Amino acid sequence: MAATGQEKTVSDYIVHHLTNLTYGKLPEGFDRYDGHTVGAGGEWAFAHGADEIAAMGFNAVHVDSLAWSIGLGVIFCALFRWVAVRASAETPSGLVNFIEMVVEFIDNQVKDTFHGQNKLVAPLALTIFVWVFLMNLMDLIPVDVVPELMVLAGIEYQKIVPSTDPNITMGMAVGVFILMLYYSIKVKGFGFAKELALNPFNHWVFIPVNLFMEIVGLLAKPFSLGLRLFGNMYAGEMIFILIAALFGAGILWVLPASLLQIGWAIFHILVITLQAFIFMVLTIVYLSMAHEDH
Amino acid sequence: MNINLTIIGQIVAFIAFVAFCMRYVWPPILAAMEERQQKIADGLSAADRAGHDLELAQKAAVDRLAEAKKEAAVIVDSANKRASTLVDEAKAAAVVEAERVKELATAEVEREKAQAKEQLLAQVSALAISGAEKVLAAEIDADKHAAILEQLVKEQ
Repeated sequence: MAATGQEKTVSDYIVHHLTNLTYGKLPEGFDRYDGHTVGAGGEWAFAHGADEIAAMGFNAVHVDSLAWSIGLGVIFCALFRWVAVRASAETPSGLVNFIEMVVEFIDNQVKDTFHGQNKLVAPLALTIFVWVFLMNLMDLIPVDVVPELMVLAGIEYQKIVPSTDPNITMGMAVGVFILMLYYSIKVKGFGFAKELALNPFNHWVFIPVNLFMEIVGLLAKPFSLGLRLFGNMYAGEMIFILIAALFGAGILWVLPASLLQIGWAIFHILVITLQAFIFMVLTIVYLSMAHEDH
Repeated sequence: MNINLTIIGQIVAFIAFVAFCMRYVWPPILAAMEERQQKIADGLSAADRAGHDLELAQKAAVDRLAEAKKEAAVIVDSANKRASTLVDEAKAAAVVEAERVKELATAEVEREKAQAKEQLLAQVSALAISGAEKVLAAEIDADKHAAILEQLVKEQ
């Protein structure tokens, strides 16, 4: 934190680390940080500070989250494609062996939970597990390294853990939700509407009550899915930042802060794997429920 | 926590990666793994079969060995029998031969005996004659006896 300058307080440091690199459309008439006012029709620009991000509203993109997320997704695809090309019935070795182990693990999870016939679920689970794991893994890179390098390179903000951005986790949860709705309608047809209307009280009088309860329950699934991952990762990242901030509290704090940092990082290895696993298992369970016709 | 266009980008990326994984990653890896599983299962069953075959071959070998032993015993037995008959035959032949030799020897002895008797007879006659001659010489009358001798010669 010392590198960011003496005039910065701890809260500035934390806020800086928790701010996304945002590119968005500033509304007409907004006074920017450098004094000039946005002209007619608005203006697309990188945000500088929280008030500009707030002014952008929905018309903004978290460039860092999206870039890291897509970059990690590309790494996942490239790695697994590389192995897929080399996979054969011969004796596997090294990386191929490891990737096959992951694939077999996912395959077993899917077979245990999902009993329908669907060629999408297993690759979906694999993508979610590995991708979310890689995104969470960014949390183990010391919090200052990339943001400080980016500041040196002239980029003001950088949040390198995509899963600490609700847009990313909710994006995936919404993707899963779309699949849930699609398969519910495809498999059950009209039965899906009946399920929503006639559960848990099977009488026409209760249809509005049932509908309300079932739709809330249905919507709770993607929200719990996305927000669980976001909450866990955000909290973990926050604790990393707070521990990092301890280093600035004086020379006496260096040793305890180091120990805390190491301890939390080791514990976090478990957390990131577990969160990736939970996201995957819940996805399989939700899709399995979408396929079950009562 | 602000939801913005990022979520749309993430949904698109999510769909793209899942589609890629479903099309290009999952099927080849799983196919290779299943193929290998099949191969290993085949190998194991082949090993089982080979073990079974080995057992059968061992049993066959034991059987063959026992058979060969039995055959060998039969052969030895018959050889022994043959040897004893040979010995018996040889014994019989020897007895016959001995008998013949004995007979020959007996015949020889008889012949010799006869010969000796004859010789003895001849010697006794010669002695008798010489004795007689000596006796006769004392009182021989050549003239008187010439007539007898002549008569003897004539009779011969």
